[in-house]
Parts: sequence; C-alpha cells; structure tokens
Amino acid sequence: MKNLVEFIGKSLADNPDQVLVEAEDRGHETVYTLYVAPEDMGRLIGKGGRIAKAIRTVVKASAIKSGVQVHVEIDERH
Amino acid sequence: MKSIEVVARTVDEAIAEALHKLQADREEVEVTILDEGNKGFLGILGSKQAKVLVEKKSPLYELKLERALEFVKELLAQMEIPAEVVGEANLESVNLQIQGDGLGVLIGRRGQTLESLQYITSLAVNRQGGDWIRINLDIGDYRAKREETLRSLAQRAAMKVESTGRRVALDAMNAAERRIVHQELQEFGGVITQSEGQEPYRRVVILPD
Repeated sequence: MKNLVEFIGKSLADNPDQVLVEAEDRGHETVYTLYVAPEDMGRLIGKGGRIAKAIRTVVKASAIKSGVQVHVEIDERH
Repeated sequence: MKSIEVVARTVDEAIAEALHKLQADREEVEVTILDEGNKGFLGILGSKQAKVLVEKKSPLYELKLERALEFVKELLAQMEIPAEVVGEANLESVNLQIQGDGLGVLIGRRGQTLESLQYITSLAVNRQGGDWIRINLDIGDYRAKREETLRSLAQRAAMKVESTGRRVALDAMNAAERRIVHQELQEFGGVITQSEGQEPYRRVVILPD
C-alpha cells in the first residue's frame, strides 16, 4: 500500500525525488502521509482538493481487498 | 519508430530519397548523418557516397499512449490487481481498456473509482511536456453498458413525466452521465431537462414542457 501511494505521488509530482511516504498505525486504520516538495502541493491536492480526493479513492479501493482501513494525508516536505 | 539507412551521392540526395521511401515530411523525421561522403577528385577518384540514417518520429499521441499504458499497468501491479490493459490513440484521445475478471473494485460506487483512475492517469500522462490529450479509461465495457442503462432510465422517467404531468428528479450523477441523459431527452417531445443541486449531488430533473 505504501508503494502504491509513493508511485502515485511520484507520477504526479514535478519533483519525484522529493516524494516520501510514511505509514502510521492508528488503531483500526493506517494513515499514509504523502510528503512532497512545497511547490508540488498544488499538483497533489488540486483545485478544491480534487486530485487528493482521486488519490484517496484509488488507495481506498486498493485497500478493500486487504480489508484494512486506510487514510491518505498530503503534506509539505521540510 | 520506423527508420532507414540510405546511401546516395550527397547528403541532401540521401535525405530526399529517405523521405520519399518513408513518405514523410522533413519535420517528421530525425536525421543522423553517418557519412558526409565526398565528391572525390573530378568526381571520380576517391569519391565516397554519403550515408544517412533517417528515423520517422512517432506522433505525440503514440508517446502518450505508451506512457498511459505503462502508468496504468504499473498502477494495477501496485494495487495487486491482475488485469490486462489495452489501448489505442488518435489525434483527439488516448483510449484505454482494462480487461479481466472481478474488476468491480476498480469501478467503485457509481463509477467513482473509475473516474478517479482516469483522472489520475490523465494527470500523470499530461504532466510532462507536450500537448494535453484526453484520456478515456474503461473497465471491460462498463461505460458502454452504463450509457445504455442511463438512456433507458431517461426514457422511462420522461414517459412518467409525460403521463403524470409531474417532475421527476433522477439520482445524482457526474457531469458526463448527466450529459448523456440531457442528450437522450433532447428529442423527446413534451419534457425539458435541467440539472439542479451542487456537486457531487447534482442531478437531472425532468419537467413537463
């Protein structure tokens, strides 16, 4: 799942080498935080969060099979 | 990519011959001069023929198709979903189809996952240089079937409006699906259609005319 988030992030970012994914277990769900270069935030979130929403939809669909709850966050890499 | 090597008296002649053979214009090809050739002494002694390699460049949509296929295949691999991806492209669009069994998970509720996959693929393919091209993604023949369903749904609802004289509101649909309904009922006399509400709950409403 982490690889999937990373693959999508790298495919959409202008600075793929700055893309980093961290996974954190929070009880019943796993939160994946997709870190990207500050200038790539717009490319990953999109107008009105449209891109972020599409990424979440795809990652969640992928998680259905494995029966786990996932959540994707997008944040700036410092 | 098609390419040929041509030998002729001069570089210019070799290129001209290659273009003729490839049936291409000068700007559609990439030329590598392998040998400048030389006319030799009095055009006889020590003369050497020119040699060029001429490659016909793929049109942009071919490159985009390649990129799109590669992206979707890798995406499915990462999702651990075994499926085939086929596609074709033309000047207007790249059209991809995912084939396999049990792909409902890729379609999602009201086709939401499919829309997201198509959107992300379009962004990934159009991110790097070159002109933007439309990406159409389908899973099996989901879209064709869905369109058929929407058309008959629209017809039935319109008949109901006609017979009862009351408006009928359909379920919420995305823009592409609403357009299919509007189109279907354009020729249907006695009713008019309009969209109401805010995304993602926007819906088509059919009213008596």
